[in-house]
Amino acid sequence: MADSAQVVREQDPVRSVLRADGSLAGDPRRALGLTPEGFVDLYRKMVSIRRADQEALNLQRQGELGLWGQFLGQEAAHVGATMALEPTDWIFPSYREFGMAMCRGIDPATMLTVFRGLTHGAWDPRKFHFAPLAIPVATQVPHAVGFAMGSRLEGSGEVVLVTFGDGATSAGDWHEAMNFAGVFKAPVIFLCQNNYWAISVPLPRQTAGRIADRAAGYGFPGIRIDGNDVLAVFAATRAAAERARRGDGPYLIEAQTYRMGAHTSSDDPTRYRTAAELEAWSSKDPIARYERWLRAEGLLDQAGVDGIGKEAESTAEKMRTRLREAPAPDPGKAMFDRVYSRPSPGFQQEREEFESSLESPG
Amino acid sequence: MSSVTMAKAINTSLRDALRKNPKTLIFGEDVGPLGGVFRITDGLQKEFGEDRVFDTPLAESAIIGISVGLALKGFRPVPEIQFDGFIYPAFDQIVSHVAKYRNRSGVPLPITIRVPFGGNIGAVEHHSESPEAYFAHTAGLKVVTPATPGDAYGLLQSAIEDDDPVVFFEPKSRYYLKEEIDLPSAAVPIGKAKISREGSQVSVIAYGPTVETALQAARSAEQEGISLEVIDLRSLSPLDTETVLASVRKTHRAVVVHEAPVFGGFGAEIAARISHDAFDVLEAPVARVAGLNIPYPPARFEKLYLPDADRILQAVDAALAYG
Repeated sequence: MADSAQVVREQDPVRSVLRADGSLAGDPRRALGLTPEGFVDLYRKMVSIRRADQEALNLQRQGELGLWGQFLGQEAAHVGATMALEPTDWIFPSYREFGMAMCRGIDPATMLTVFRGLTHGAWDPRKFHFAPLAIPVATQVPHAVGFAMGSRLEGSGEVVLVTFGDGATSAGDWHEAMNFAGVFKAPVIFLCQNNYWAISVPLPRQTAGRIADRAAGYGFPGIRIDGNDVLAVFAATRAAAERARRGDGPYLIEAQTYRMGAHTSSDDPTRYRTAAELEAWSSKDPIARYERWLRAEGLLDQAGVDGIGKEAESTAEKMRTRLREAPAPDPGKAMFDRVYSRPSPGFQQEREEFESSLESPG
Repeated sequence: MSSVTMAKAINTSLRDALRKNPKTLIFGEDVGPLGGVFRITDGLQKEFGEDRVFDTPLAESAIIGISVGLALKGFRPVPEIQFDGFIYPAFDQIVSHVAKYRNRSGVPLPITIRVPFGGNIGAVEHHSESPEAYFAHTAGLKVVTPATPGDAYGLLQSAIEDDDPVVFFEPKSRYYLKEEIDLPSAAVPIGKAKISREGSQVSVIAYGPTVETALQAARSAEQEGISLEVIDLRSLSPLDTETVLASVRKTHRAVVVHEAPVFGGFGAEIAARISHDAFDVLEAPVARVAGLNIPYPPARFEKLYLPDADRILQAVDAALAYG
């Protein structure tokens, strides 16, 4: 297969396949290796994760979740990157990658139990090749590099994608991990979802340079792409994965996008950004843009759009019901079960004392 | 039987772990051709190759961070942190991830972090610290430290075979302490203290480098007709409270010894447990003989800072004279 990054126009400072108006800046069909169903599936997944994201915010507003961090506006990055990988490739998320988790087949209701305060991690990473959420910013980046080093040592062929925001690129762990990846030629893709805001701090306060350029300092390539263009994200990720699988080492993708929602449900973005800025990014919406192109290409019609909308509605509805029905786990199990593989007698004794304190009144 | 140093015992233990399990990896700063600044990994890269024993860039947080990823991939990483005072850049990875990953995901992380620790080597700043309490305080980690070559071998085998993360503190001032043993020596389970010397009047509870100091004190005390029981904890977390309490129930007096500053040190945990669980038998308050509450001093003054046999004996005398 041709290097799919060729569809990304070299001369653009921000590379896209689809322009904001939905017209095509290159011919992605041949190079991306996607079938007509494959193209529509990217749309279906973006619609589905956006609807679920909105539902999660609703659930938070209704007191069903303690916190929610929306990824509204970043659907192209979530779907494009995940779908460009093999299912056996590993993804190391930060804490906003609910959409990626859904694309990997993790039950969204199960995932939301984390934000309902029932568990710190609701899925088996080994089953979905999807690491637990990493809440301290950038700390997951060296994990991904270590895993990729292991994959290379074993020759097992898995590629690793680690994703993070623009804020993470200021952290020491990010730089240390980038450096290790370069030195050990680890098969890892660094996907920066540069959404411009790290809570309230804008990009110019994170870095005076270009994030994509950082890769050169660590001895491997980096590109900046239009992160609201699902085909550009898909193309770049696919190209980086092929490259890594060939043994050519790491790659940095800076996907320029925008966090349309608040940092989390506890945040008030009106304190630090303008409505005009939001408006400008609305016109670059990843779903609307892609839908226009699919319709123009005859890959999707109104009936298709309606059907996909209904599917997303039904997924959100099921997620809602299942979450509200999720049983609260037994406190002893939830708190003590997973701390040690073989708990010591002292640990067991503390657990028993705790559990019996729950049973006895007063 | 032959005379084996602790350095040799640890080196042999690492070699045997690499032989036993092809998933065992050793890495860190200068552990390759140099064999480590203390030569603990001497010859290992030559024998097992650069894929299994390798130098890393100089970045402690990433050394531990990649260990998490390698463990997820199915390896048994044995990273080395070159000196105690250089572990702090990795503190976040150890506390936020190494300790908590299993609790978060159900996936065990069989990582053994080796750290030479403690003072008494005449070093510059950051090379003589005893940071064990930070880690013992963190649930999800096991924290162990040997005091003898035989225990160093056996405890390291147990640490590397353990499915959970272990911080393995090596008393660097005792690297050249010798013991007549055969290697491989017996396995040493994590979480079991040992009686290093039996006695009847005061229990002296120590770990790592101060076990030898406590034994010196016990030999001196014997000259004066005082019988000290020396307990080597070996494992701080999990803690073998039973062995400690059994000894104190026999002697009715306890002195806890470590190099780390006394304030908030691990001795406070021991003292609290004894005071709570053996209050009825105590004939003197539990004493702590430890480092001063200052940053580790310049080398010229370290002998004044570190617990020595005399300070232990003063505490023993006070315990015997109490009341």
